[in-house]
Amino acid sequence: MDLSLIIMQLFSGIALGAVLVITALGLTIVFGMLGVVNFAHGALFMIGAYAGLYLASLTGSFWWGLLLAPVLVGAFGMLIEFVLVRRLYGRSIDDPLLLTFGLSYILVEGVRIVFGSDGIPFPTPSQLVGVVDLGVGFFPKYRLFVIALVAVVLVVLWLMLEKTRVGLIVRAGARDPMIMRVLGVDIGKVWLAIFGLGVGLAALGGVLAGPMRSVNPEMGTLVLAEAFVVTVIGGLGSIVGAVVAGLMVGICISMVALFAPEMATIVMFALMAAVLLVRPQGLFGLKGRA
Amino acid sequence: MTVQSTDEAPPLPHVQRLFAVLADHRVLVSIVALALLPWLLPSKALAVNVLIYGVVVMGYNLLFGYTGLLSFGHAAFFGTGAYLAGIAIGRWGLPWFAAVPLAVACSTILGAVIGTISTRTRGIYFSMVTLALAQLVYYVALQASSFTGGENGLRGFTVDHINLLGVQLNFLDPLNKYYVLMAFAAVAIWVQSRILNSPFGAVIEAIRENEQRARACGYDVERCKLIVFMLSGAISAIGGCMSALHLSIVPLDILHYQTSGMIVMMVLLGGARSFFGPFIGAASFLILEDVVSLWTPHWQIVVGAIFVAFVLFLPKGIWGTFLDVLPIARERR
Repeated sequence: MDLSLIIMQLFSGIALGAVLVITALGLTIVFGMLGVVNFAHGALFMIGAYAGLYLASLTGSFWWGLLLAPVLVGAFGMLIEFVLVRRLYGRSIDDPLLLTFGLSYILVEGVRIVFGSDGIPFPTPSQLVGVVDLGVGFFPKYRLFVIALVAVVLVVLWLMLEKTRVGLIVRAGARDPMIMRVLGVDIGKVWLAIFGLGVGLAALGGVLAGPMRSVNPEMGTLVLAEAFVVTVIGGLGSIVGAVVAGLMVGICISMVALFAPEMATIVMFALMAAVLLVRPQGLFGLKGRA
Repeated sequence: MTVQSTDEAPPLPHVQRLFAVLADHRVLVSIVALALLPWLLPSKALAVNVLIYGVVVMGYNLLFGYTGLLSFGHAAFFGTGAYLAGIAIGRWGLPWFAAVPLAVACSTILGAVIGTISTRTRGIYFSMVTLALAQLVYYVALQASSFTGGENGLRGFTVDHINLLGVQLNFLDPLNKYYVLMAFAAVAIWVQSRILNSPFGAVIEAIRENEQRARACGYDVERCKLIVFMLSGAISAIGGCMSALHLSIVPLDILHYQTSGMIVMMVLLGGARSFFGPFIGAASFLILEDVVSLWTPHWQIVVGAIFVAFVLFLPKGIWGTFLDVLPIARERR
């Protein structure tokens, strides 16, 4: 086994992990703020991939799909929060989970009605076809782009949460919504926006994953399980945890794929079990929540 | 332990008494109702499915309804029971009456392993961890194809006749099959009733209502959760064995996350926290699926919408709502 192969596989793992980070981040932000685990997250990831594909073919450019799909699906997410999820705040913690689970059935079947059950190929945008020689090996341009884009999104999110007034309200609202209400903040609007942001991130993950995975109505199932594994390892509600665990899982999957391909899907679950045995609340989770 | 209705409507003594009697003899009532099922439903196949899913969902309800642990990975036990029964009969040549206890015992051990990891977590974490671990079982079954048949499912074990105290029963006859499988269901129902009537049954309900207080009362909450997880898995595995005997194949889909979801849907549809709810839920779900799939292949969209409506407006399910609406004695939990 030569070194460049291992480095390339490591790089693939980072690209895979980058998509996981974006997807798990949407899940973890919504949980951290609203206390809602969105079981439709995988289905919305899948819808993001379809929306990206559809918009790209409509406008003739991948870039419009990449830009518009997260915005439109995010707006759809806000509609879901406004019409359905909002009614369940204050009820049992299981209720929003069950509701979004039922919703995922509707979304997956809806996509089947519109686009059919068969997978659709998602072509890599022409500007990003091919490989780049980085000295240690040849890397696919598209995957480099995915890593770069996710890094930019992470920085923007971090700046937004840590350096702006909106971010201050969001962080305070996650700690104590009641006090925020007393201070005159319309926390309902904040929750609406956060749910939209979470769903938008799922959709962004879907568009980015499109050219790397096949696009089909069932693609959300594995993604949901992966996003769960990442958030559980990282600690539910922790943004840093989602980033670290996402990259860890991605690298782990592709390194194991190199040595024992049949174990690749299984390894992330083993990793999760191992972390839970040592730290039930996840690597960066708060103890009270586990 | 009959809880009096506090509604202002005048109580109906005779109806009240009837429901108290029904609740007192819930095992017998369930068995009589199931015995009549093949004649009440349009097809014997549907009746067998209600029987199988009823047992699986009943086992699940022990965990979700009575202990308040929302697992999203119960397909792992349903599927493991089915796979092991099939493998024991087809590969190892065991008779069915040895294969079924073996499969149930192994599923209980699996319950101990998954339970040990998942009951370390609470609330939403628990749901996510059980789902992820069940997916692990799914991928193991997919990869170990020389053992499980991989994507094609497990085949090659047909039970065509059953020797019952010297009498040869033709197991391929739908009615014979139904009543033999009903005997499994009857055992499962009796076991479930005994568990719930025991002091342990009271402790798990106490854990559901207030975990802190149960711990303060001196109960080992973690151990109780683990035990109930194993018992629940064992009862659902009986359903899995029934499914394997019924179909003579085990499809890989049985382990899929959609099956776990279906189990959750059924229990909510029928009414969690009640003894009859799981069977009512399994029957309504399967009948609904049957009816809707007659006029659209996209029955899942209708089922999903109905489920969402239930979560929003009828969180107690059909049976729970029925008991709430009528001013009668509540069913014994």
